[in-house]
Amino acid sequence: MIRLTIDGLPVEVEEGSTLMEAAKKLDIHIPTLCFHPDQDVKANCRICLVELEGNKLLVPACSYPAENGMSIRTHSPKVRRARRNILELILARHAQDCLHCDRSGTCELQAVAEEMHFVKIPRYPYVARSDESDNSSPSIVRNAAKCINCGRCEYACSQVQTVHALSKVGRGFEVQFRPAYGRTLAESICVNCGQCVQACPTGALTIRDDTQVVWHAFAVPEKLVVAQVAPAVRITLAEALGEPPGSISTGRMVSAMKRVGFHKVFDTDFTADLTIMEEGTELLGRIKSGGVLPMVTSCCPAWIKFCETFYPDLLPNLSTCKSPQQMFGALLKTYYAEKTGKKPEDILSVSVMPCTAKKFEETRPELGRNGMRDVDAVVTAQELARMIRSAGIRFDTLPDTPFDAPFGLGTGAGEIFGSTGGVMEAALRTVYEVVTGKPLENLDIKAVRGLEGVKEASVEMNGMSVKVAVTNGLSNARKIMDLVRAGKADYHFIEIMACPGGCIGGGGNPIKNNAKMKPRLDAVYRLDRELPLRKSHENPAVKALYEEYLGEPNGHRSHALLHTGYVNRSGLLG
Amino acid sequence: MLSETRIVLRNLGRIDPVSVQDYQKQGGYGPLRKALSMKTEEVIAEMKRSGLRGRGGAGFPVWKKWSFTASAQSGQKYVICNADEGEPGTNKDRVILSGDPNSVFEGMAIAAYAVGADRGFLYLRREYPYVAPILDQALENARAEGCLGKNILGSSFSFDIEVISGGGAYVCGEETALIESIEGRRGEPRFKPPYPGVSGLYGRPTVVNNVETLANVPVILQRGGEWFSGIGVPNCTGTKVFTLCGNITQKGVFEYPMGTNLRDIYETHGGVKDNFDLRGFMLGGQSGNLINAGQMDLSMDIDSCQQAESVLGTGTIMVIDDRNDILDIVQNIMSFFIEESCGKCTPCREGNIRILEILRRISGGEGRMEDLTLLEDLAGMMNVACLCGLGQNSSVAVITSLHNFREVYVKAIERGRRA
Repeated sequence: MIRLTIDGLPVEVEEGSTLMEAAKKLDIHIPTLCFHPDQDVKANCRICLVELEGNKLLVPACSYPAENGMSIRTHSPKVRRARRNILELILARHAQDCLHCDRSGTCELQAVAEEMHFVKIPRYPYVARSDESDNSSPSIVRNAAKCINCGRCEYACSQVQTVHALSKVGRGFEVQFRPAYGRTLAESICVNCGQCVQACPTGALTIRDDTQVVWHAFAVPEKLVVAQVAPAVRITLAEALGEPPGSISTGRMVSAMKRVGFHKVFDTDFTADLTIMEEGTELLGRIKSGGVLPMVTSCCPAWIKFCETFYPDLLPNLSTCKSPQQMFGALLKTYYAEKTGKKPEDILSVSVMPCTAKKFEETRPELGRNGMRDVDAVVTAQELARMIRSAGIRFDTLPDTPFDAPFGLGTGAGEIFGSTGGVMEAALRTVYEVVTGKPLENLDIKAVRGLEGVKEASVEMNGMSVKVAVTNGLSNARKIMDLVRAGKADYHFIEIMACPGGCIGGGGNPIKNNAKMKPRLDAVYRLDRELPLRKSHENPAVKALYEEYLGEPNGHRSHALLHTGYVNRSGLLG
Repeated sequence: MLSETRIVLRNLGRIDPVSVQDYQKQGGYGPLRKALSMKTEEVIAEMKRSGLRGRGGAGFPVWKKWSFTASAQSGQKYVICNADEGEPGTNKDRVILSGDPNSVFEGMAIAAYAVGADRGFLYLRREYPYVAPILDQALENARAEGCLGKNILGSSFSFDIEVISGGGAYVCGEETALIESIEGRRGEPRFKPPYPGVSGLYGRPTVVNNVETLANVPVILQRGGEWFSGIGVPNCTGTKVFTLCGNITQKGVFEYPMGTNLRDIYETHGGVKDNFDLRGFMLGGQSGNLINAGQMDLSMDIDSCQQAESVLGTGTIMVIDDRNDILDIVQNIMSFFIEESCGKCTPCREGNIRILEILRRISGGEGRMEDLTLLEDLAGMMNVACLCGLGQNSSVAVITSLHNFREVYVKAIERGRRA
């Protein structure tokens, strides 16, 4: 153990602890900006500087190791002076528009300025870092004037996701975190996962706001505004509205959406179940007919763009199934329109997603029909929370309302699509019973659950051992796909989710850190456990849809509506 | 009149730089042979006796650096020669490397033996392309003679050196930025600790020494640490290779014992030209101190300079006469640092440009007396808050000129007020 004193108070910490960890033990708060609990220490913002007795230089508490006998002061006059000077430099270059900033209230720079009681006007004239604002991406907005150059986005993009769309460009005063070669986000290799938005302490990287499209539609009398809500949103919405992580709010969410103005609120769990029927059938078909294996899931649009960019040679491995969002959209504009006698163009198909990449997916030209989009607008959990707040709705006391028919019924299998391993577990529950004709005794396939980056399992079915792998976070996807490319992956089926933790870790959720992921994950499986139906093929609404409209999984109509193709985007790397 | 004491520059002009035979005729590679017959801790003990301190600017005891790496547990260790001599006005490393490269190679080999490294890198400043062929040829010849490479001088010790060209960034003279650059990344400094001695190149224990430091090493092994410690002043032994530049009559690279008086150096080399008045000196390069003519009686060694709130740094002495405007000089220095700041840490990235903004305001007649407080506040903060030596020292010229040439600032502000 290491013994030192901080602000005169003795403290004992494990060897290898930083000064910040030691201070935390004493409940002494040191302000930070570039520090992120899930990332490597950067020590570049210098806001956490503290005074080490006998040292002329101030030392950063985030990186400096605690040593025996040290005497540290966290708010001495020297420290306060330096910190306030540094903050002043940052503020003099940061956009001065807090009042209408997307991150007002959740901004870490705002919080630090408030904590440090910095209420004077900076002594330096305001000079914007850059007046560049990149609105090119359907998913993410980059506002350079709000960047404080902490590097957290680059870490998320390059280290966690290995995409390298955001990198440090230029030197000194001109440094920017942006796509290389002067490209915009839309022109870049960005996969729209939004992990940079999740990592950004300020409003420099935010989610593209699409709520206005929906608000406008509410005002058009002939428009039927129909929403589908992804499984993860019921887990994270309440958190975005101030409740603890993992607060499930399905019924309240539907109530709130109805009050906001949505005419119909459907459950994407329904098309998650449908995905399992299609994807499971596709997998069995590939195994039987010697098709391309391993088959890889296609629910995640960030993963799809990643595969199209970095692994175009492996596109045949991707399942041809559309994502649940796009299956839903296709059904809304065809089956649902026919059934209700609504003209497809009078339906505004809105999806509420934990995901920023869904906004991009919706724009893919192949995912529409007759000049119309299957999904007209994607709003994230963050945006829905804002709609609810701005409609003046008190969320915590709302009564429960069920989803609307006919797409209101989902099983536990659809529910777990929200977390890493969920699609795999749902698929195995169904594939097992289809192959063996016997009920699966233990529905909890624990080997594919949890937040580890790469998980593997093998399930015996009629003498055949089905080998599967599950990854979350694109750096892990890369590991698996490199094995596939090298012919060293003898899996049948691989689930890949771009975001760490799966959709509950998606870029469209309230700002996260790893500590929030465990309660979100637990909530997913709590929902699954509590549902009467936990297997996709048992969903009566799905069965009815096949009987009434689609025919059979992978059949002619299914193919036309529920399957798609991919494009080689490796040119983006050039 | 002083005369030079040539230890580092012992072979300069006396040998063909690329000829290993010439170097050997002057006793070269004898010290390495001697080291190889000693225990590694004896080599480090000899360095300790010599009192040799780093010549790159920080003045850290060499034996201490080496013993950190020697005692670090690792299957792979490295020795790096920092030849990224980017400090404007400093040319000593270029002179050493182009005149006697083997003295540096030998120093690296001895260091490698002492710490248990088998690979060395010589990181050469981008702007010294003409030095690269000399180094390449000298390395090839040294290898052919068995002085580098496998089983050096018939021993079981193997060590080889690779020359790496920098990319032109001043900040890569900072040892951790240099390491990042060798690893193929942006040349940006890492936070310390951990120090390179424990976790350096590719995360392995790495000795990083300056060219001049390493060139001293063979002589210390040859003539003994005790002999070496008799030169210079206590606690700062040996010689220093100074670069004289600016408005001094005789410019160039000269070697004098540590502790030589600045006035003596100045006068020996002819002072400023007739008809001009000395205004002061810029010591230690752009990251160094501006002192006025009245502060000339200064013992040029690491500790005395520090006590006088000055700096020996790289040993650069830029002489300033009355043709130069101090505010111009300081602005020029700040422009340099704005250009060379890597942009990683807040105070350096944002601070340098703000200093220049204020300086321009003052010299443009728009200054206010509060600007002096603001400058002191900002520059003082940068001095203790930046991530690396570049940032910590980029504002030293401002701090010292505010102290030693305050009247220049005050006059400019007053002139502006009257106008």
